[in-house]
Amino acid sequence: MSAHNAQTMTLTLHVWRQAGPNEPGRLEQYEAKNVSPDQSFLEMLDEVNEELIKAGKDPIAFDHDCREGICGMCSQVINGVPHGGQERTTVCQLHMRTFKNGDSIYIEPWRAVAFPVQKDLIVDRSNLEKIMQAGGYTSAHTGGVADGNAILISKIAADYAMDAAECIGCGACVAACPNGSAMLYTSAKVAQLAALPQGQVEAAARVTAMADALTEAGFGNCSNHYECQAACPKGISVKFIARLNREFQKALFK
Amino acid sequence: MILDGKCPKGPIQTSWDRHRFDLKLVNPANKRKYKILVVGTGLAGGAAAASLGELGYNVEAFCYQDSARRAHSIAAQGGINAAKAYPNDGDSIYRLFYDTIKGGDFRAREADVWRLAQVSNNIIDQCVAQGVPFARDYAGYLDNRSFGGAQVSRTFYARGQTGQQLLLGAYSALSRQVKAGTVKLFARTEMLDLVVVDGEAKGITVRDLVTGEIRTHVGDAVVLATGGYVNVFYLSTNAMGCSVTANWRAHKKGAFFANPCYTQIHPTCIPQHGEHQSKLTLMSESLRNDGRCWVPKAKGDQRPPAQIPDEDRDYYLERKYPSFGNLAPRDIASRAAKEQCDDGRGVGPGGRGVYLDFADSIKRLSEGTIRERYGNLFEMYEKITDENAYKVPMRMYPAPHYSMGGLWVDYNCESNVPGLFVLGEANFSVHGANRLGASALMQGLADGYFVIPYTIANYLAKTKPGAVKADHPECKKSVEDIKANTQKLLSINGKKTVSEFHRELGKIMWENVGMARSEESLKDALKKIPVLREEFWKNVKVTGGPGELNQQLENAGRVADFLEFAELMTKDALHRNESCGGHFRVEHQMPDGEAKRDDENYCYVGAWEFKGVGKEPELHKEPLTFDNVHLAVRSYK
Amino acid sequence: MRIFESSVGRKILMSITGQLMIIFVIVHLIGNSSILFGRGGINAYAEHLHALPPLVWIARIVMLSAIGVHILYGVIVTLQNRAANPTGYAVKRQLKASFASENMIWTGLLLAAFIVYHLLHFTARLLPGVVQSVDQLNRFDVYRMVVTAFSNGLVALVYALAMVVLFLHLSHGIPSFLQTMGWNNDKTIPTFGTAGKVISAVLMVGYVLIPVVILTGLLTL
Repeated sequence: MSAHNAQTMTLTLHVWRQAGPNEPGRLEQYEAKNVSPDQSFLEMLDEVNEELIKAGKDPIAFDHDCREGICGMCSQVINGVPHGGQERTTVCQLHMRTFKNGDSIYIEPWRAVAFPVQKDLIVDRSNLEKIMQAGGYTSAHTGGVADGNAILISKIAADYAMDAAECIGCGACVAACPNGSAMLYTSAKVAQLAALPQGQVEAAARVTAMADALTEAGFGNCSNHYECQAACPKGISVKFIARLNREFQKALFK
Repeated sequence: MILDGKCPKGPIQTSWDRHRFDLKLVNPANKRKYKILVVGTGLAGGAAAASLGELGYNVEAFCYQDSARRAHSIAAQGGINAAKAYPNDGDSIYRLFYDTIKGGDFRAREADVWRLAQVSNNIIDQCVAQGVPFARDYAGYLDNRSFGGAQVSRTFYARGQTGQQLLLGAYSALSRQVKAGTVKLFARTEMLDLVVVDGEAKGITVRDLVTGEIRTHVGDAVVLATGGYVNVFYLSTNAMGCSVTANWRAHKKGAFFANPCYTQIHPTCIPQHGEHQSKLTLMSESLRNDGRCWVPKAKGDQRPPAQIPDEDRDYYLERKYPSFGNLAPRDIASRAAKEQCDDGRGVGPGGRGVYLDFADSIKRLSEGTIRERYGNLFEMYEKITDENAYKVPMRMYPAPHYSMGGLWVDYNCESNVPGLFVLGEANFSVHGANRLGASALMQGLADGYFVIPYTIANYLAKTKPGAVKADHPECKKSVEDIKANTQKLLSINGKKTVSEFHRELGKIMWENVGMARSEESLKDALKKIPVLREEFWKNVKVTGGPGELNQQLENAGRVADFLEFAELMTKDALHRNESCGGHFRVEHQMPDGEAKRDDENYCYVGAWEFKGVGKEPELHKEPLTFDNVHLAVRSYK
Repeated sequence: MRIFESSVGRKILMSITGQLMIIFVIVHLIGNSSILFGRGGINAYAEHLHALPPLVWIARIVMLSAIGVHILYGVIVTLQNRAANPTGYAVKRQLKASFASENMIWTGLLLAAFIVYHLLHFTARLLPGVVQSVDQLNRFDVYRMVVTAFSNGLVALVYALAMVVLFLHLSHGIPSFLQTMGWNNDKTIPTFGTAGKVISAVLMVGYVLIPVVILTGLLTL
């Protein structure tokens, strides 16, 4: 690919640096040189880090793992948008060809009270776990379940559930939300399971418990800005939040 | 030593059922007295921790990621096999068993593979019950697709994210147990040592990756489900954090490492774009259902693919393997791609690529159908390469993907160290010398949901719960050793970064111990690896301190282990003087370039015992016997 | 009660009370439009409306409680939201959120202040300068009161500005209540967004028309 993209770029980075959870943080400026348009954003940061290490400085800490857009580990707000604002793209899948030579790039961590910064660009997302633990499952036991085809599921329901289930749990919805709400994340699981007969059994208890857990964990309320969907690297639709609201109303009468 | 896999004797069809009856049980009231440490929360570890917790054991689960849901099982795309035979196309447990044994080039244990095929059906049912949104047909039934190495459609899938959906299923079960209090989860925690007391595994020493605290967790049994080691090649399809560390440290504490040379190079990955690349991205093998692999017939043909007429194209897989065509197993497809490129007919930068062309399928089925089947893969391809694969063929090149080798385990998934169980990719058991597509997910979940809950009881029933306490001298020693090791890494303060060493190691391994290995290349690697390792311990630069979140330190530990492990892997490849599956020795090939096995001399599992860094490891053999399939030349023609 | 405590429950309360107020705003506009038919129109309308005291009072109580609940939870929810996300980004780029959606609390509070003013003005008629008289049929002369008031450019401006605020509030409020009630899917989301803006604009234009018609001399005493 480098064949048709031989030009390299120089970029100015403004990166949030914070030594620890209780330390003050600030934006620091770095220069990224010889950036190839075919590099991924994280590979560009890798190079900056290599330079920092060689200069005996502390490299920029950031979360990443699979680097193919599925694990949900990477989490950076780039120029004000979680994951950088390319449609359906995680930071690790963001490529430098979307930037121009001489660009300034602001890189910040996810911000929300429920996501305290641990170091630099790394935040603690364990509050998302608490929502899932409150009810993001069917209580199926291991073993002793019915044949997979015993209950038919319409293709429409299966596809709908899959659309919701694509959530990678990265937390971009929270980072994008002006209210620091995790409603899109929560609704994706509620909607997935509510759409399937296996999940409907516990639907009422699930939606109530998960909504409560969301508040207890310190996330804000949803006020329908729809920033979440716009920032979601998997394009999870806010229609699932509507579904959650509907499921909640049903639960009120149970 | 001749190792015994302790497989049940007698007819294989009933072997697992009889074995389950023979296994000891732990009384329900006693289960909570036993603490089980599960390392890794992927399909195998997550499923194991959830199932063991549900049974009532006191489980502690560990992962290095910030959430159990992020284990690299999540990246598996294509699907999961099961012998349901829903499509009525001739599948059966026996056929899945046979295909897996044959696909593994007759280097796996029959009994283990039979059990895998048998429980494969339960896995699908289990996942459906958890709310995994498998693809369905219009009648509402589960849909199947075909995959490499099989002539039946037995692969269940959830779009191109099957691994993700199965892992989220296991993660949801795990979350339920965390809520119930049976499982305690330790995220951002990396295992750095196995604590062995009186020859039995009784604990692990971990580093809290946030605070840097090094501490020991003691338990009555340890379950490792820590994945594979192909990041030894630096560039691979594995996640950046995947390492051999947990396995290697267990190996150093006595667990045998089996068949480390069996690594899988996946045929369909996006070719490398440049020097700075940090990882390779896989494109699901399922693409070969509808994509056709080809290269230009003429060397150095520079025309754009659309201008190369059919008669100037070599659909090499269809030509060489008419009955399996583009669905030839991975090792065969990878080597075929490499052959074309070595022959000067590769495409793209540096001639390191082959086309995977969907034009015919789009013509036959419509772009919409292709989009429905593989939309997310095409999207991912475009993000990385900036090319629209609906219009121009994809370019593919093989990349390290999976390790069939792993810690040696017996039929109970227990290693030679009593109390140490190893599941999923971390063990060596079922894939032989090559894994078939859609079988990794199957194995991970089989081990986690349906094997370990039975077999671990057999061990626990013979032990006294809580026998080892956290203040045991072995625990203290382990913590001190790890602290000293950490301090040593931090104090070198050399000139080269951890990644530079990793990259160099990867280059040695890819060139010498990659897709084609020779005595010469392996011996060359055995010269280079120790030199690099020595340099590492003199010249590595690790910034920061021990008591903080320090990603350089984490990586340094992992690369240090790879530098030791690489040598064992190469030694195993050198000792295995035959070609089989993913292990291809150029000295041993058929006239047409196919792998030539040597069943007379190498029909065994090679399990290595650690004797010290730089010291000759000792080889133990477990002979493989085939009573239910005939050892035959593997042919996909 | 779950509806008062849960984050989603409160949202539903906001939605239902909001819907009540939207209904009121629509009915109120239709009623007020009777002024375009001259003195006879609006005075008759007012007369008939007040001929049903229990209904008027039930409506008033319902509306006042709706407003109370809406304001109370609007404030609580906003405070919670601010607490959940106190630090902004150095650079912030909004992809979907609008001025309207981000300032619901302010447009809401402005409207609350306006409602107080409006009630004091035309309902309680406690503000100085309110003309209270009866027409030839001995009905309270709403027409005179309104026309006199809106002949004052400043008063007319206050009302017109309040209606712009109402537009902002409803342009987010209408699609939002539909979403909160769960009546949304991928197809309706953009449709409701547009519908919200159109309906709010129609309401704004309708209300602003009255002072405009008076100021331009199309309606006179």
